Amino acid sequence: MSHNTRSYHHVRPEVIPLLADGKLFSEGAKAPTRAAFAQTVIELGHANPDIVVLDADVSKSIGTNKFAAAFPDRAFNFGIAEQNMFAAAAGMATAGLVPFACTYAVFASLRALDMVRNSIHYPNLNVKIAASHSGITPGPDGVTHQGQEDLSIMRAIANSTVIAPADPDTTVLAVRAAAAYEGPVYLSFTRDPVPQVFRPDYPFAIGRAVTVRDGADVTIIAMRDLTAHALAAAANLAREGIDARVIDCPTLKPLDEATVLLAAEQTGAIVTAENNVYFGGLGSAVAELLVENDPIPMKRIGVRDTFAESGPYLDLLDKYGLSYGHIEAAVKSVIARK
Amino acid sequence: MAHVPMSVDELKQMAATVRCDIIEMICTAEAGHPGGSLSATDIVTALYFRLMNIDPANPRWPDRDRFILSKGHACPVWYAALAERGFFDKSHLGTLRRMGSILQGHPDMNKVPGIDMTAGSLGQGLSVGVGMALAGKLKQKDYHVWVVIGDGESQEGSIWEAAMSAAKWKLDNITAILDRNNLQNDWHVDELMPIEPVADKWRAFGWQVVEIDGHDMDAIVPALEGARQRTGGPTLILARTIKGKGVSYMENVCEWHGKAPCQAEADQALGEIRRDQEVQL
Repeated sequence: MSHNTRSYHHVRPEVIPLLADGKLFSEGAKAPTRAAFAQTVIELGHANPDIVVLDADVSKSIGTNKFAAAFPDRAFNFGIAEQNMFAAAAGMATAGLVPFACTYAVFASLRALDMVRNSIHYPNLNVKIAASHSGITPGPDGVTHQGQEDLSIMRAIANSTVIAPADPDTTVLAVRAAAAYEGPVYLSFTRDPVPQVFRPDYPFAIGRAVTVRDGADVTIIAMRDLTAHALAAAANLAREGIDARVIDCPTLKPLDEATVLLAAEQTGAIVTAENNVYFGGLGSAVAELLVENDPIPMKRIGVRDTFAESGPYLDLLDKYGLSYGHIEAAVKSVIARK
Repeated sequence: MAHVPMSVDELKQMAATVRCDIIEMICTAEAGHPGGSLSATDIVTALYFRLMNIDPANPRWPDRDRFILSKGHACPVWYAALAERGFFDKSHLGTLRRMGSILQGHPDMNKVPGIDMTAGSLGQGLSVGVGMALAGKLKQKDYHVWVVIGDGESQEGSIWEAAMSAAKWKLDNITAILDRNNLQNDWHVDELMPIEPVADKWRAFGWQVVEIDGHDMDAIVPALEGARQRTGGPTLILARTIKGKGVSYMENVCEWHGKAPCQAEADQALGEIRRDQEVQL
């Protein structure tokens, strides 16, 4: 075996042998990150009586109906009225509550965006926006339910903090951190099951990107469900003699500029990978930083300028250019430009 | 600083003072929304100088009543009431819409003491008020939430989402006051996009509706007091008002929705308002 476990950080040891050939996706333990969120918000609810959960008729899907069962007085289902829900969350925050307002990413970032911008971010209120079905992970649901622009949209709003954890265990850490943070936080979760990648010692902190695989030839910076693909790509590339660093970037905003710039300096080429449109999100944030500081060969993996379609989640990642094979090709192309 | 709570006669005098502040502030700024500020003046004056349980020295007192001007463009009336009530020095009124001013073109809760919620994008304030009212119930506070909405604003669908939710949760700690001045930016509300029968709509959405002349202080005060005392559900006060009320050339004239008077026009307006004030004495 060519795997060197010392070159991985915080990755579950049982996952490392599964990285090559993408066996992680067929054989590894998986769960949707929305479920980890729903569990964690109950834990937080026990610790803090000011935490309330707001839903818009998808509490069964997100799993927040369990919070409603545990804390019936602190759960508010607004029905199919996302605009009212987000502005009401703002009102609750002015009175000292810590609302987690939950819906799908498309509705949080698009349908209710005016309320999210003007009633939450402009007054900088302590509302947590919990968005499931982010990216094209609601594979079978199709385009109307695929939140493929939410990260880009939320990043553009002043006072925003945008978090998209890679797997269920880091989701727990991210939700706890969001609750402890004073101010608006956008949390992005997957509908579909994603591999359990990281150990509980993952050093989650808002604004921190974590190097999860050492490497000297190139850096892959990935977020949410594409971090597992980045690790799988790195394992395959290792067999071809390419030593790829992998950085998991769960906080899109604020971007961990120091970690990105260090990787640029030390590896000389960067590929970003996000299950999100390829403009305005992670690829754009990294490109903006590099072009003003250290312009090096770079390529962005993301949904190109298109809508996706209904289909199995992993097949969609393949078709729309997001899965580990596409990341490997992008790595080779940037290395060729070094 | 004015003593509170005021008598009805004192409220009438204060409303005239607030109207003068509005005219002076918008004239100095050379921009702003006089029409909808003047139509809401008597209601806002009654709230700030009689009804609301507030403390100008402690503007974020957790037990205070909340006020939201959902039609945020009418903020000159809010700024004038807050300044006259002692939340900040009246000298700020001359800085409306200037660079560096606390008095933004639409109200910013983090810049102005006493502004309970940022507003400006229409159709959001009633939802925010519902959130405040739910928080009041959960935290067992007995504060009341007052929200002024516009009739043009009532074309926003989110107003009706908010209305539905206040009825669902039987929120008797929120009162909405509809400033029914019949005009919006482009034209007459009921020609542009009719909202009638608006009282029936609110009743159908589960609200108690009280109709009043929104410039008759003798009607405003008991209507607001009744709304505060009602239990079991939310109240909508349908306040029939005149856009530009108190200034002859502005009354019922659509163009004064968002236009500033020049100095000569302002002088005429101030003269008219002060004459009316003397007649009342």
